[in-house]
Amino acid sequence: MTAVTPYRSGLRAGRDGFAQLLRAEWTKLRTVRGWMAGLTLTTLLIVLLGVLFATGSRSSCMNGPIEVPCPAPPTGPGGEAVEDRFYFVHQQLDDDGSITVRVNNLTGQLRKPDVTPGVRNVVPGVTPWAKAGVMIKQSVRQGAAYAAVMVTGSHGVRMQHDFTEDVAGRPGGAPRWLRLTRTGETIVGEESADGSRWTRVGTARMATGRVRVGLFAASPGDLTVTSNVIGGAATASRFAEVTADMDQVSVRGVAPGGSWTRDDIGVTLEADGTPHHPGGLVRSGDTFRITGVGDIAPALEGMPAERVLTGVLAGLVVVIVVAVSFVTAEYRRGLIRTTLLAAPRRGRALVAKAVVISVAVFVFGLVAAAVTVPVGRALLAGNGNVLAPLAPLTGLRVIAGTAALLAVVAVFALALGSLFRRSAVAVIAAIVAIVVPYLLATASLLPDEVARWLLRLTPAAGFAIQQSTVTYEQMTARFAPAEGFFPLPPWAGFAVLCAYAALALALAAHRLRRRDV
Amino acid sequence: MEATIEVNGLRKRFGQTRALDGMTFTVLPGQVTGFVGPNGAGKSTTMRVVLGLDAADEGHALVGGRPYASLRSPLSHVGALLDAAALQPGRTARNHLLWLAHSQGLGAGRVDEVIEQVGLTPAARRRAGGYSLGMRQRLGIAAALLGDPPVLMLDEPFNGLDPEGIVWIRGFLRSLAAEGRAVLVSSHLMSELQDTAGHLVVVGRGRVVADTSVADLIATASRDRVTLRTQARPEAMSVLAAAGGTVTVTDRDTLVVSGLASEHIVRLLASRAVPFSEVAAHRASLEEAYLDLTRDAVEFKGAAR
Repeated sequence: MTAVTPYRSGLRAGRDGFAQLLRAEWTKLRTVRGWMAGLTLTTLLIVLLGVLFATGSRSSCMNGPIEVPCPAPPTGPGGEAVEDRFYFVHQQLDDDGSITVRVNNLTGQLRKPDVTPGVRNVVPGVTPWAKAGVMIKQSVRQGAAYAAVMVTGSHGVRMQHDFTEDVAGRPGGAPRWLRLTRTGETIVGEESADGSRWTRVGTARMATGRVRVGLFAASPGDLTVTSNVIGGAATASRFAEVTADMDQVSVRGVAPGGSWTRDDIGVTLEADGTPHHPGGLVRSGDTFRITGVGDIAPALEGMPAERVLTGVLAGLVVVIVVAVSFVTAEYRRGLIRTTLLAAPRRGRALVAKAVVISVAVFVFGLVAAAVTVPVGRALLAGNGNVLAPLAPLTGLRVIAGTAALLAVVAVFALALGSLFRRSAVAVIAAIVAIVVPYLLATASLLPDEVARWLLRLTPAAGFAIQQSTVTYEQMTARFAPAEGFFPLPPWAGFAVLCAYAALALALAAHRLRRRDV
Repeated sequence: MEATIEVNGLRKRFGQTRALDGMTFTVLPGQVTGFVGPNGAGKSTTMRVVLGLDAADEGHALVGGRPYASLRSPLSHVGALLDAAALQPGRTARNHLLWLAHSQGLGAGRVDEVIEQVGLTPAARRRAGGYSLGMRQRLGIAAALLGDPPVLMLDEPFNGLDPEGIVWIRGFLRSLAAEGRAVLVSSHLMSELQDTAGHLVVVGRGRVVADTSVADLIATASRDRVTLRTQARPEAMSVLAAAGGTVTVTDRDTLVVSGLASEHIVRLLASRAVPFSEVAAHRASLEEAYLDLTRDAVEFKGAAR
């Protein structure tokens, strides 16, 4: 055989790195019209369903027979919606000072469902978060900063301030001595069983200057959750009031002989101007008998931001289909071999695919959420709906979190597609893993605790990233998935989803490396 | 990098089926090597093992002295066409080549070059799903050429081509080999490789049956056989058999004689006055040579044979 000069290419060698793989996968994604149409459809579904929901939601409130726009809930010092309704007996305090009181007992009454129609069925009782004690409040305006130490129905002694802050003291109820001391910007709350040995419960900070100091009582409604036949639950909150007997009142730092002012803070007035469920004070000698209705706590009033993202679930299904077929189409056509010829390091090839699909989905999802949340909220507000206040960082988390949720689900679906190599199986598996548990948990079909476990253990936990409402122990509400509350904090829930996606991707990479294609 | 493919002792089972059974051969640069054998002989499996897509149970395969999986910018070392139908139907031909080019750090300019080279320029921006099989083969070849590799592996590239396409691809493969590339072309039909391949690796039942140049193969298959055309067949047969030849009847007036040289046959027949019209040294066709070799290796024989 004659000697042959082997071929030398004149082509300048290209770079062979992860960036090249990313670029190749992006070229793949953008050059198939169906996939880009699918991603666009995701965005449109989220925006249009959100807008549809917002335009279809109207609310108005009645003031007696008159329809009025619903008042926005008061907001606390932190900007959050708050409940601030209680009976306050107070004096002016210009500087440092203190107030001490003995709470002798808490009694109250609850309205239960009528046994005889038309006859009020009222029974004695105190709700768990009924509270009475001493308070320093910047003004009598609803939402103004405050610090208070109190005896509660069944949560022992607490020191609370500015609605969101809550520190537990010792358990147990009245009789109990309570004291607040103001020194400069610091307010210290203390409790005592006998009025001589005091224990500090907590401290709060409040700007110096003129404030109000006094006694208060409030009782949130009697919350009952009844299971219904098909497994869900119905929530009802009925009227409740609390009456606290207090004596041994001593106030320092106020004007000598200063008189007590009474305020039924936040009371709603009937159309004829009379208060609805008023509180009150009955004073005999040194004894103050204060009756209060309402609550001092963060409120759930107003529509949370994530409600306008109703289209995310539909968009998610489209994302699952696109992400699955981004990989299964290659198996169906045998194109996976071409992919692996170009990128023989298979794990890297799969990761490049996952990065590209997730970044693309993130961008489309981000556009969708960034349009839907502000537009939806503007439309809702225009229709007279009360919106829950949305802090800028929380809004950012809800919007970017929605995009990230979609992106991570895309990775999960892609990994399932690579594992099963068949579109139908992978799409069904992804929907069963994410969409089905979410629907079951939030559709009020399951007992609350089962629904919570579903949202802790399945990839559907990731939806928690969308929850804008922050919950606090001192709120009286049913924190069930059916009401939009997730059992895990936003980032923890999202981490559960990420863990599932990472696990699925690792399995898919392992299997891809091990098998012939 | 050396422009070679080395396949050494590959064994692979798919369940009970032994797909590769000690497959060993080397593909050298500068010529088209035909990789022939009946369907199921292990040609595609061997190619997939060489390309790192399938793992062999035993043995190894190297491209330019290295395992495929260790190659950087692999398409600039080896170009392969395995399955021309492996395309996303909704993607245009040009975009198909574009993502491949991007994966190797190459640009759109190189894509247009290879499209031009295989003559697909007018159809480059059409969806590949609408391509005929012949156009897909051209697209597959364009993909194999993208990195301008010194080694090419094409699995059944003649499938679905019209006669004009077959002529084109033969010339194209010869010119690629003439540039010093190693070109391995598989086919289950030897006739497709006639006038194209300079070297043949004939396989059956997962192993190499013959590894030889085309010229040697034909010579071996033709050896000692003479075709005789005569009106007096019985007389000729008895004369030649008596002289020690093996005589086979192939036609009403044609005999194939082996064991006797053609000059000897002429002398014998002339001395006994047996009339004949033609004596010719038999030249086997590539197809015949191939059938000889693979007769035992064919997995599924027709019942009539």
